[in-house]
Formats: sequence, structure tokens, C-alpha cells
Amino acid sequence: MEINILTFGQITDITGKTSFIYSDINNTDSLIKELTKAFPELTSIKYSVAVNQQLVHVNTVLNDKDIVALLPPFSGG
Amino acid sequence: MNTSDIYQRYQRQISLREIGEAGQQKLSLAKVLVIGAGGLGCPALQYLAAAGVGTLGIVDYDIVDISNLHRQILYSVDDIGKPKAEIAANKVKTLNPEIEVQTFIMKLDNQNAFHIIAGFDLVLDGTDNFASRYLINDACVLLKKPLVYGAVLRFEGQVGVFNLADKVTGRSANYRDLFPEPPDPDSVLSCNKAGVLGVVPGIIGMLQATEAIKIIAGVNEVLCNQIVNYNMLSNEFYKFNISPTEESINLIPKSETEFLKFDYDWFCNRHNANDEIAAEELDVLISNGKIRIIDVREKNELPLVNEFSHSQIPFSSIESIISSIDSSDTIVVFCQTGSRSAKTVKFLRAEISGCKAFSLSGGILAWKKLHQIISN
Repeated sequence: MEINILTFGQITDITGKTSFIYSDINNTDSLIKELTKAFPELTSIKYSVAVNQQLVHVNTVLNDKDIVALLPPFSGG
Repeated sequence: MNTSDIYQRYQRQISLREIGEAGQQKLSLAKVLVIGAGGLGCPALQYLAAAGVGTLGIVDYDIVDISNLHRQILYSVDDIGKPKAEIAANKVKTLNPEIEVQTFIMKLDNQNAFHIIAGFDLVLDGTDNFASRYLINDACVLLKKPLVYGAVLRFEGQVGVFNLADKVTGRSANYRDLFPEPPDPDSVLSCNKAGVLGVVPGIIGMLQATEAIKIIAGVNEVLCNQIVNYNMLSNEFYKFNISPTEESINLIPKSETEFLKFDYDWFCNRHNANDEIAAEELDVLISNGKIRIIDVREKNELPLVNEFSHSQIPFSSIESIISSIDSSDTIVVFCQTGSRSAKTVKFLRAEISGCKAFSLSGGILAWKKLHQIISN
């Protein structure tokens, strides 16, 4: 099972890439846990999570080939 | 301008099936408020004026600086030191003398926002800080005004439409459904520090103007309940669908009265930075709801507190609360004078990463004094 992760803004600075794949992750909570382990700096910023382009606010089941996007807020204008 | 002049000026736009004469008429009657006449606001104002939006409002308290000129394309070297709103108004009036332009040379705050926004049909957010963004969002939710949101950083930008009912579901989302609470000010990258390519706010500002024009003219396809992230380095668009949430309804002030009391600068800039809050700030948090208050005095300590709900966990057994605390909770801890609560907050912040715990400065005695429940 493969989950494709997309990053934006400051999240890309932390992960070092705009997209990458994680295997064998069943839900968004475990994914965030794994990502935080790999990139501890993620705990210091706020971001929203979308599964297949839909924003999610609670733990969400992930299926093979799902796309999870991590979007931080921007304030510049 | 007579009918034939109007037709000539807007002919290319009226020819569009989606706009037509009816759409042009709607544009000429529309009132759009652009908040922030900077990188986003400048191109948005130009295109809204050019498209024939009948009334434009411009809110900006800033003056033109040389460092603005690489992206704020309404201004020239001669304008340095002059108020942006005034210069922007003059420029768009030259472009289209038929429209009315109102200027508000002031900082938008919770005291003036309702009055200003109420006079317009639609708001375009071109500000550059979170305090303004949350303030504008909440005011637009309360006043039921569609909000066209835009924000940029470096080579990336976001654009979206809030407070506009989706044609299919009839529901509308807002900025707090996307980002319920502002980020820790320490973690925020501003364009001042991180930089921005001048053309990026140009493109995002134009996308905002496009959405505003479509909403007014009644074009069906609008970025309603969605935002698009545009990466101009990789030339990739990515769309996010946003659903309205219970959480955002709870976070937004319930009425104009609550809005007038909500301190947006404090909410966005001091939230996690300081460990202490003043008695007045506790009142703001209580009126907003969504906080957990803990009394860490030992049992039977006086004065009793029955003015607001709280739980009692004595400082001597503070370790027992850790398991019940979620890092997303906002917690205010108080004791008699603020000393034990400060230690508790230090302990909680060390044990729980991202913990938003604050100590009530001066303790419950300071709060009671503020409310004249006890005297000096």
C-alpha cells in the first residue's frame, strides 16, 4: 500500500521535497506520527491536511494510492 | 458615459456568453472592498476598475516605500512617502473615471471593520498578516459577505472564496474551516524575511479579481469552498475542497458585540509566544469559549471562584493532569498570585510538545481586583 504525500510552503522546507511516498500507513494520524518522527520540525508549525483534495480535521482512513497534501497557512500579500 | 461608450469600453467582456449585458450591468452596480493596496491589492484594483465594478473601496493605512515597487505596480518613484490608498484611488480613477472610489486611510481593526465592510457587497483580502486575515474572515462571516482570499510566500500563492454558498450543497465554508487558529508567531515566515517574487502576488491578486468578477456577474464556476495553491516555481496548481466545520462556528465571535471585544492582534501575535496572560485577556478567552481553566491552588484556599467554570487540580498533584491534556487545547492555569501557575505552565510546556498553556498573571487576586470583587 502506497500513500503519496504532497507538501507546500514551509512544509517543503522541512521535508526537503514537494512529494514522496510512504508505505503501509492506514490512517492520517499514523501518517502524521511517522512524518513527525522523520521530521521533528513539523511539530513547530501549523498545517492543514487533505486526503485526495478534501480537507480533513479528524483521523481519516487511508487507502492505497491516496494522496495526502500538507498545507501551511501563508500570510503574505 | 453614454450607452455606446459603455458598450465600446466593455465590448470584449460583454461578448462573453457568461457575462453579457446583464453581467456588465451587475458589475456596474457592485461595491467591492479591497483591503490592503499592496502586492495583491494593486493588480486586483486595476482589473476590477477596468472591468467596470461600479464602486471600489480601498483600505490601507500605509505609505509607499521603495521596497514596495517591485510588486505593487500601481505606484511609482514619485509616490514614495504618500498614502497608498490615495495614490491607488487616483490611478484607478484615471483608468476608469466612471467608477466611484472610496478610500479608508486607516488600519482595519475590530472597532471599524463592521462599519466599513457593511457598505460593500464583496470583500477582497489583500492583507499581509494573520491578525487582519482572521479579523476580516470573522467580520465577513458575521456580516454574510463573500470573501475572496489570497496570500503569498516566495514562489507560492493561495486563492479561494469563502462565505459563499455552494450551488450544490447550499453550504459555505470560511477561512477558519481551512486554518482554525493562527500559527505560532515564531513559526511564521513573512515576505519581509522570506521574500516573494513580485509577479507572484500579481498573479494571485489577478486570480482574486477574476473570482470577484465571476461572483458578481453570476458566472457559475467559482472557487467556492475551495482554495487553490499555485506553485510558480514548478508551475503546479493544487486544489483543496473545504467543508464547513462545527469547530469554526465555535471559534468565531457569535455577535458584533463579541467581535468588538475580540483582540485579534493578541490572538495572532502573542498566542504562544508568552507564558502569561493578563486578567483582561482571560476575559477575552472566556467570552470566546473553547478554553480550559485549571485552578492549581490546594483545596479550601480562598477566595472561592464561581464566576467562570474551571477544574481544580492542586499543584501538589499536577503530574496527574498530563494524560488529560491535548496539545490543541488552550489552557489557562491560575493560582492565588501567579507563582504556582507559572511553574505549572513551565512544567506543562516542557512535558507536552506544542502545549498552549498560559498562566494568569497576578493570579486570581488580580482577576478579582479587575472586576472589583475584592479591593486592595
